[in-house]
Amino acid sequence: MGWSVLKKRIIPVQLLLGERLTKTIQFNSHRDVGDPIKSSKIYNDQCADELIFLNINRQKQGIQPLLEILEAVSEECFMPLAVGGGISEFEMARQLIQNGADKVVVNSVSYSDIKTVSRICENLGSQAVIAAVDVRYENGAWSLWSDCGRVKELVTLNDHLNCLSGAGVGEIMINSIDRDGTMSGYDIPLLAYVVSRVSVPVIGCGGAGTYEHMRDAFMNTGVDALACGSIFNFGDNNPLRAKAYLSNHGIPFKVV
Amino acid sequence: MIGIIDIGLCNLRSISKAIDACGFDFQLITSPDQFDLVTHCILPGVGSFKVGFERLVLSKLDIAISNFIASKRPLLGVCLGMQLLADNGDEGGGSKGLGLIGGSVRRLEPGNKMRVPHVGWNSIEFQYRHPITEGLKQARDFYFVHSFHIMGCKPESILGKTEYGTQFVSATARSNVLGVQFHPEKSQANGLKLLENFCLWDGRC
Repeated sequence: MGWSVLKKRIIPVQLLLGERLTKTIQFNSHRDVGDPIKSSKIYNDQCADELIFLNINRQKQGIQPLLEILEAVSEECFMPLAVGGGISEFEMARQLIQNGADKVVVNSVSYSDIKTVSRICENLGSQAVIAAVDVRYENGAWSLWSDCGRVKELVTLNDHLNCLSGAGVGEIMINSIDRDGTMSGYDIPLLAYVVSRVSVPVIGCGGAGTYEHMRDAFMNTGVDALACGSIFNFGDNNPLRAKAYLSNHGIPFKVV
Repeated sequence: MIGIIDIGLCNLRSISKAIDACGFDFQLITSPDQFDLVTHCILPGVGSFKVGFERLVLSKLDIAISNFIASKRPLLGVCLGMQLLADNGDEGGGSKGLGLIGGSVRRLEPGNKMRVPHVGWNSIEFQYRHPITEGLKQARDFYFVHSFHIMGCKPESILGKTEYGTQFVSATARSNVLGVQFHPEKSQANGLKLLENFCLWDGRC
C-alpha cells in the first residue's frame, strides 16, 4: 500500500480532414474513415481513455475546425479531449482550452518558436500540453519532421526532447512516420529511447495493427499510453477488446 | 434546476453538457441573486486556490454559497471547487477558504518519484455508503488532474480515498455539502452516474 501506478492508457487518434476523418499511410494516401462525431461517440462507449484530434488539413489552417469539433464532441464524450494541428500561437491554445479541450497538441511550433510552447505550459499548465514529435529513420539515424512530415528539421531527437522538457510540456507523443498506417507494429527502439530520455509520460504512436503489437510496446518500452489509428479503423478491433487482451498480460487499465 | 457557479476560471462546457446528458436543466450562476432559482449547486473550478477564493469574494458569491448551504440544498464542489470548501489553502500565496468542511489544501507530495500534477485515471475507495455513490462499485476509476489536495478534514467527512504515492482524500461529504477531487464530467459512465445521483439527491444522508 501507499504506492500506486497510474493506469496505462489507450488513445484513439483521429485525423481531421475537412468535415471527415481520414487515415494515412506514412503520412500519405488518405483513406476516409468516417464522421468525427459518430466515431467519437463510439469510442466513448468503448471506454477509450482519451481522444486526440489532429487537424491535418493544410489548406484550411487555423483552429476553427478544432473549435467546431470540440463544440460537437463535448456533447457526446465525457472523457479527456486533446486537440492539435496548426497551433502556432499562445492565443490559439488558450481558446481551445477555454472551449472544452483538456489538452493541446503542439508540433511544428516547437521547432520554430519554443517560447510559445513554454508560454502555453506556464499559463495553461504542463498537464494541458502534449508535444508531438514525428520521426523518420533514414541512413541509420532518426530525423525529425514538422508540418505533417513535409519539412525536415535539423535538430537531433535528443536535443529536441531536451528542448521540449525545458519548455515544460506535460507529455511527449512520439510518432514513427515509417510505421504510420502500416499496421506492422510500433517502433520499439524509438519508443524505448524516448522513454529513457524524458521524465514526462510518453505516448507511443504509429504502427499498431494487432493487440500483440500493443502488448509488445507496453511491455518492452515503458510508454504510459499508446495512440491507435488503423487498428481501430480497419478491423474488428476496439479499445474494450484491446484492454481485455492486454489485461491478461498484466497491464493495468482503468476499471469501469 | 441545477446551478453551476461561474467564477470565470474554467471552461464550463464539459460540466454543463454532463448535466444535460443526465437529463437536468442547468443555470450558470454569476451573482448572488441567482441562487433562488436553483435546487442544487455545483462549484467547479480549475486554477489557483487564492485566485479562486478572491473571485468568490469579489462577486459576493462566498456569502451566497453559505446562505445556500444554510437552506439545506445540496452543493457539490469539483476539483478546485472542492478545495475551496476547506478552511484555507497554500496555492498561489495562501488564502482562507469557504470553511464549509474544515481542513487545509496542501501540495501533493507523493514520494516514490511519482509525478505532480497527478493526471490520469485513478480509483476511489468509498469509505461508507452515501446517496451520491449509489450504483457505483468500489475501486472504479475516475479522471484526476490536480497538484493540491485537502488534508485534515474530520474523519467522518472523508467519503473517498485514493492512492497516488500517498493516500489522499478524493471525496468529502458533510451534511448537504459534497466535494470530489476528480472530474466526474470527464469520467464517462461512472462520472455521469455520480452527477445524476447528485441531481436526484435531497441533501440528506
